[in-house]
Amino acid sequence: MEQNVSNIKRLSNPIAYVFSVCGYVALLFLVIGSVYYATVAVDYQWRWFKVPKYFMYQQAITLYAEGYGEIDTIAANKDKVDILVTTDAGDRTYTVPRDSFDWVEGDMVSPGDVIASYEGGWKPGILARGLWVTLKISFLSTIFGIFLGIVGGVARVSDTPVLKWSAITYVEVIRGSPLLVQIMIFYFVLGTTMNNILMMNGIPKLHPEWYGIMALSVFTGAYVVEIVRAGIESIHPGQVEAARSSGMTYFQCMFYIILPQALRTILPPLAGQFINLIKDSSLLGMISIRELTKATREGITTSLQTFELWILCAILYLLMTFTLSMCVQYLERRTATK
Amino acid sequence: MIEVNHIYKTFYVPHEVKALVDVSNKIEAGEVVVVIGPSGSGKSTFLRCLNRLETAEHGQILVDGVDIFDPKTDINTVRAEMGMVFQSFNLYPHLTVHGNVTLAQKLVRKRHKKEREEKTMMLLEKVGIAAKAKAWPSNLSGGQQQRVAIARALAMDPKIMLFDEPTSALDPEMIGEVLDVMKALAKEGMTMVCVTHEMGFAREVADRVIFMDEGMIVEEGTPEKFYQNPSHDRTKLFLKQIL
Repeated sequence: MEQNVSNIKRLSNPIAYVFSVCGYVALLFLVIGSVYYATVAVDYQWRWFKVPKYFMYQQAITLYAEGYGEIDTIAANKDKVDILVTTDAGDRTYTVPRDSFDWVEGDMVSPGDVIASYEGGWKPGILARGLWVTLKISFLSTIFGIFLGIVGGVARVSDTPVLKWSAITYVEVIRGSPLLVQIMIFYFVLGTTMNNILMMNGIPKLHPEWYGIMALSVFTGAYVVEIVRAGIESIHPGQVEAARSSGMTYFQCMFYIILPQALRTILPPLAGQFINLIKDSSLLGMISIRELTKATREGITTSLQTFELWILCAILYLLMTFTLSMCVQYLERRTATK
Repeated sequence: MIEVNHIYKTFYVPHEVKALVDVSNKIEAGEVVVVIGPSGSGKSTFLRCLNRLETAEHGQILVDGVDIFDPKTDINTVRAEMGMVFQSFNLYPHLTVHGNVTLAQKLVRKRHKKEREEKTMMLLEKVGIAAKAKAWPSNLSGGQQQRVAIARALAMDPKIMLFDEPTSALDPEMIGEVLDVMKALAKEGMTMVCVTHEMGFAREVADRVIFMDEGMIVEEGTPEKFYQNPSHDRTKLFLKQIL
């Protein structure tokens, strides 16, 4: 397995190898330990036990009486209980769990009295929802980005000025300005005008998420154009000659011969680009999209668990990017066997 | 069948080279023509002009009466009638042997699945490689790859076959298997233009040998006359060098 790695200066002594591994572990513990020590020094209270509720929590439900009246009947309904309350605001039946109330039939109620209070079903917490938004936005932007990149890449290598120059302009304009500024332009300039036009025609506004997805797709697409171009140019000209000499058209040659081969060679840089995309989606918090980073920030404003939540946020991004790079490595290995 | 009238071609990159200078020739249907000449003599350029992989600056090439340098000509229909085999095989590495032979039948000839399956297997049988139909090109030897490339070109039912040094990139022991396929093809009456230095092949099946040097046709004639009794000094020198 390791024979194809250079033989120069390999650790040939097994004891030295074990020492080296121990050194790595020691270094890891040293870094984590010193961070922990530093937090102790500034009296930071670690409360990891509070973190799970940001993923899943049970909703607390409290039901209040709406007017003056009385508890009419309390009847069992499967494993729950129906409470019929008649008040001057009308009759109403509350279906609540047993042991969630403290009434008997005939009790008087006033407005604001607690009829029942109990814990409802499990709901996704703010981080879980943020994670979902990040995944959704990254996935859609990846799809659109690949599409834009392939179309742009094919245009970039064509001889037709309108295609070639458009592709060059697109790439240079998008790569030459900061993503944050582009997001702002997409949301505040393009978004405002488009939403106004939509409203004027009686169509509902687009959600900010869509402007975020547009901005990220267009941004990523520009980089993918250059990657695709490099991939296309890396294919041996003999492939084009073989395809064209058998009578295939330029586009048949492109889509059946060049692109399938090019896509295989550009998988690694493409993966890097999409890992960047996942990370760049954190900027979308600026246009009030509650993705993972903004969700973390909101979680911190209510809980003040700054350290835990930011560390957790970073770990979640790491998980996503790491999974993606594993998938791509798998794909690479699979296509390499051909 | 092919009429070449006074074509000129100059390459400017990396430096100016006159690849073809006033080349004219006429290739009849059913004729097997072998083109030889030293490296850089323009023989490959001549061959590649025949199906417009290179465009000539001046002159005219008529294939079945169609001027292929005319912008109004649909070059793809002309090319579909001309199979080409390359020195470096140029098989599609992302397709199997079967896929290599089938793809253009589907895209260009628009054949139905059953028809192209039959055609593919028939041709692979013919070049003696049917057992490898499911293999990837990278797992084949050079000779096998070149035979697949010939089958791929034949799959279009071409009227003319162009061979650009088909055996030059092969190990010596594999040259025979490719030449056998080419000889069989020649004996079936296929019109062939081959750039090759295989003298045995030329003697056995060629109707005419063309010797090119510095972009010009120096001498041409039947193989017997050409190899035994060349008239031109440059031809004599070249034959002495390669024999």
